[in-house]
Amino acid sequence: MATPITQPLTKRSQVVSEKRMTLMERIYLPAIIKGMGITLKHFFRLRKATVKYPEQLRPMSPVYRGMHVLKRDEQGRERCTACGLCAVACPAEAITMVAAERRKGEEKLYREEKYAAVYEINMLRCIFCGDCEDACPKEAIFLTDRLVPTDYTRGTFVYGKQWLVEPLDPALRVDVSKRQPKAVAEFKKDRNFAHNR
Amino acid sequence: MLTLFYLFAAISVLCALVVVAARDPVNSVIALIVCFLSIAGHYILLNAQFLAVVHIIVYTGAIMVLFLFVIMLLNLNKATEPQRSLATRVAAVVAGGLVLLTLLAAVRHGISVEPARDFDIGTGLVRSVGRSLFNEFLLPFEVSSVLFLSAMVGAVMLGRREKNPQAA
Amino acid sequence: MIPTVIFLVALLLVTLGVAAYATYAERKVAAFMQDRIGPDRAGPFGLLQPIADGVKMIMKEDFMPASANRWLFFLGPAIAMTTALLTGVVIPWGGTLDLGGTAFRLQVADPDIGILYVFAMVSIGVYGIMLGGWASNNKYALYGAIRAASQMVSYELAMGMSIVALVILTGSLSLNDIVEQQRAGLWNIVYQPLGFLLFVICAFAECNRAPFDLPECETELVGGYHTEYSSMKLGFYLFAEYVNMFISSAVISTLYFGGYDVPFLDGLGLPQNVTVVLGTVALFLKITFFIFLFMWVRWTLPRFRYDQLMDLGWKSLIPLAILNVLLTGVGYYLKNGI
Repeated sequence: MATPITQPLTKRSQVVSEKRMTLMERIYLPAIIKGMGITLKHFFRLRKATVKYPEQLRPMSPVYRGMHVLKRDEQGRERCTACGLCAVACPAEAITMVAAERRKGEEKLYREEKYAAVYEINMLRCIFCGDCEDACPKEAIFLTDRLVPTDYTRGTFVYGKQWLVEPLDPALRVDVSKRQPKAVAEFKKDRNFAHNR
Repeated sequence: MLTLFYLFAAISVLCALVVVAARDPVNSVIALIVCFLSIAGHYILLNAQFLAVVHIIVYTGAIMVLFLFVIMLLNLNKATEPQRSLATRVAAVVAGGLVLLTLLAAVRHGISVEPARDFDIGTGLVRSVGRSLFNEFLLPFEVSSVLFLSAMVGAVMLGRREKNPQAA
Repeated sequence: MIPTVIFLVALLLVTLGVAAYATYAERKVAAFMQDRIGPDRAGPFGLLQPIADGVKMIMKEDFMPASANRWLFFLGPAIAMTTALLTGVVIPWGGTLDLGGTAFRLQVADPDIGILYVFAMVSIGVYGIMLGGWASNNKYALYGAIRAASQMVSYELAMGMSIVALVILTGSLSLNDIVEQQRAGLWNIVYQPLGFLLFVICAFAECNRAPFDLPECETELVGGYHTEYSSMKLGFYLFAEYVNMFISSAVISTLYFGGYDVPFLDGLGLPQNVTVVLGTVALFLKITFFIFLFMWVRWTLPRFRYDQLMDLGWKSLIPLAILNVLLTGVGYYLKNGI
């Protein structure tokens, strides 16, 4: 049998009993004045908790997992090969894709012979766990520090390739290095592994 | 002054008629409130500000609030209004007609009501009302105040929760 | 005549202005007490916020429930606003100005029943809430209306009783007389500490302010009596609350804190008009403090439960108020005889 907890859980915990209130407590005024003293103290406290959002941002964790990006390689070809490992790994079943075969003349667009003709993530289902990123053998999908914007209808939250694939322009590429710890970066330099080549 | 008198008089009579005629009891109550307010206006025309304000506080502000309160809670409307039998209606019409006849007869012969006292411009002011209350009518005034106090205590007692001997 | 009309219009505008900025102050006070900053986007320090709020209120869709009683639905906010604004005319806002030879007192009307007039307006003000709540044809609104009515009727008793004690001392119902007496002697708070406390508590209840804001108690009644209201009609209800707060603060300052009286100011030998203006400024400072008190209490205390509210009113405040009347009477008798 478990022993009852005798030690208070926090420093502020108090033993509550239904004892009759004393006269001073029943007048309420001392308690009211005490409470008003507390609020007045806060009134004059200079340190405020407000973060003025658009100008001032709350500090974000460097490994924040936000909106996904489908990366291109250095030559601007889509890395995704529609293997479906991310969809399998996804615990929320948010990812669907349709694979297609690369035709002649499309080598500039897709890195491998197979590519994702349709790639959709339902952002309402996604729990931003990052399992897709771990599962991806092609370094194609990453979670970034960008936030998923709000909207009014459910349909708009199913993000297709036009939202997910990063822009071709090198200046507009999405930087995912922030989420890459040293060990991962080391691993990627190792050209012994097929998908790092 | 006379224009104001006629204005207030018209409002009072009109609202009093609405009180009787309105089908919705809430409208009746509101008409009665307006009627009381216009009567308060009459008091002010007679330089009886104290009476006017007390009239508003007591009748408009307290008693009519309770009226309205009860009517809102009971949710009276046409569906719940009791259907009166033919005999009652006939009796009501006859009685009302007789009253009208009497009034008409009285008016035809001319009514002259002599005021009990000459009009004194200061009668309704706080000072004179207070003087007469605390000199001439001291005993009735104090007795009625004790009566009100006991009524108030009685209300509090009635509203008190019954102590359950088992629970205590 | 003309100065009176100008003064009346000025009074109206000042009342509305103070009420508008009271909404801003409320949000700022609430924010500061909760370690936040509060509205700061509209203009410097958010000072234009009341204007933005007003524009928002007017632009919103004015919705009326299909089953509402049409004209009572309109009448409700109108009564609330009108009675709130009418109260200010009997309050002495300052002493007697000297306008190039003609004396002008900074008070619209000084009936010998001044304080009772305030009461009368407050008691009519209940109808604004009651009719609005009933006309909405909504159960929450009706509950709010019923709560408001019973609360205001109950607390009016204790409020009136605390005034009775004050009137025993002053011997006059005219607000101007009450202020003049305090100018001559000490402020009434010295003689009537208990009465002051009772009056303030009842004023909170009459304004439907926390901790007595059960008529609009959002945790139980959605929005209380203004649940079905929207747009500027809702704005009128909310605004009336702040106007009432301003007027209550003015009445409290006048009755217990000497109104426009500034101690020792008369001894300085300043010109009369300067003294009067300083007095009015002092009155507004007192009013500001009491408005702050209203907000301070609201953001500190939790709301009463309904039975606790009634218990407090009937079983604590009324007996205390009667006791106060009795003590004051005995004290007056011992000092002055009959």
